[in-house]
Amino acid sequence: MTSREWNELCSGGPVLLDGAWGTQLQERGLAVGEAPEAWNVTHPEKVQEVAAAYVEAGSQIVLTNSFGGNRITLGGHGLGDRAREINESAARLSREAAGTKAWVFGSIGPSGKMIMTGEVTEEQLRAAFEQQAQALQAGGVDGLVIETMAALDEACAAVRAAVSTGLPVVACMVYDSGPDADRTMMGVSPAEAAEALGEAGAWALGANCGQAPAGFVSVCKQYREASDLPLWMKPNAGAPEMVNETPVYRVAPEEFARAAAPLWEAGATFVGGCCGTGPAFIASLREVKPGYTGR
Amino acid sequence: MARNQELFEAVQNGDRKLVGDLVQQEIDRGTDPANVLDESLIPAMGDIGQKFSRGEIYVPGMLVAARAMQAGLDTIEPLLAQAGHKPRAKIAIGTVKGDLHDIGKNLVAIMLKGAGFQVEDLGVDCSVERFEEAVAGGAEILCLSALLTTTMSYMRDVISHFQGRNDVRFVVGGAPVTPRYAQEIGAHAYGEDANDAVRAVEECLQ
Repeated sequence: MTSREWNELCSGGPVLLDGAWGTQLQERGLAVGEAPEAWNVTHPEKVQEVAAAYVEAGSQIVLTNSFGGNRITLGGHGLGDRAREINESAARLSREAAGTKAWVFGSIGPSGKMIMTGEVTEEQLRAAFEQQAQALQAGGVDGLVIETMAALDEACAAVRAAVSTGLPVVACMVYDSGPDADRTMMGVSPAEAAEALGEAGAWALGANCGQAPAGFVSVCKQYREASDLPLWMKPNAGAPEMVNETPVYRVAPEEFARAAAPLWEAGATFVGGCCGTGPAFIASLREVKPGYTGR
Repeated sequence: MARNQELFEAVQNGDRKLVGDLVQQEIDRGTDPANVLDESLIPAMGDIGQKFSRGEIYVPGMLVAARAMQAGLDTIEPLLAQAGHKPRAKIAIGTVKGDLHDIGKNLVAIMLKGAGFQVEDLGVDCSVERFEEAVAGGAEILCLSALLTTTMSYMRDVISHFQGRNDVRFVVGGAPVTPRYAQEIGAHAYGEDANDAVRAVEECLQ
């Protein structure tokens, strides 16, 4: 995606994103404890089905099945040395499913290690994210999205690695802490994130996971006050309830859509869903998107 | 000895050097190392935990305080061992099988150590067998962690395995775990966050 195409996308009105991937793969048989990213090479047709379902539901940008695809996280599953292949495949699968109907952004999630405790160094993170970003680019993504980051040092390392590809980069933190649930676990506020991520070269700022849509409105407004960058919001469908060992999200797609639509009014350009959402949620969200005309 | 306020604050401010120096001063003055631990270090971490639960401080604040406390423990622990002082209880903690998330579990382990417990960290992806080994090694309480809705059901498997045994108790926690679920699977207590996990463990020991 060129910067011109990116600018056109951002100025062309509200953009509909996709929903959760992990739960979609579980519905298709992903076992507990199995690395979802391994399916890019072992069950490519199932992964592609998920991307296709989101395109069908109206997602204008679909992500890739590569959230835990950095070599540090894959290493926990004994797949560290297959990171390149797994990410390239993730990108190709979503790219093929999207065709000319949707853009594809490569998902980059956290390593699960903290720089602060000395488990990992900033240099190790940067190298791992750079490898992942390059592999996603080689597989054909149009942009990259850093997701679910709690620590600014790790988020910035990922952003710097991602922008080195020249692709548009969205940087998302997860806000779930503090009295108003507008801080990350590490205490980062939207204003602090906006400054650091912007400086690291992010093209857009965002928030994903952590809470239901209602809590995202304040985060969205705080970002808007702190920065002029486009905003990207992917809330959860509320908290799951366990029924017979199966997580059940009690929120209906229409209810989620009603709660998430105000994010567009609060200044977001991109809105979609995280944990607990699926294609039906995106289809519902599409119907309440400002300017929706029924096509 | 009463609380050494300067030491209490040095732990909370994460001043490792000062904590080390103040602990050494107390020891040189002839203070019982167990008192330094019980009156100043443990209360300092306990208060940090409360602030964390109230959302007044975040994970980094907790980590720097724990690190500073460790600077004091490095001096105190050998002396306690020499004096035959017994730790409060032996606890083993692990993220259950299929789950590789360790940040939350590590924070709980840090707070339990800060509360004066002997903590064995079993790591991530822990099987029933791994927990069994820990109990055989003397753990009185097992803390089970899970971040995923898909892996939390393994907590039930672990607890069922020990059914009918009264030599071990279970504390469970993790993002998707609720008090209701904890009760349903037969856990003895539920920890809402790293601070509350300390309370849950203490509740189990009563």
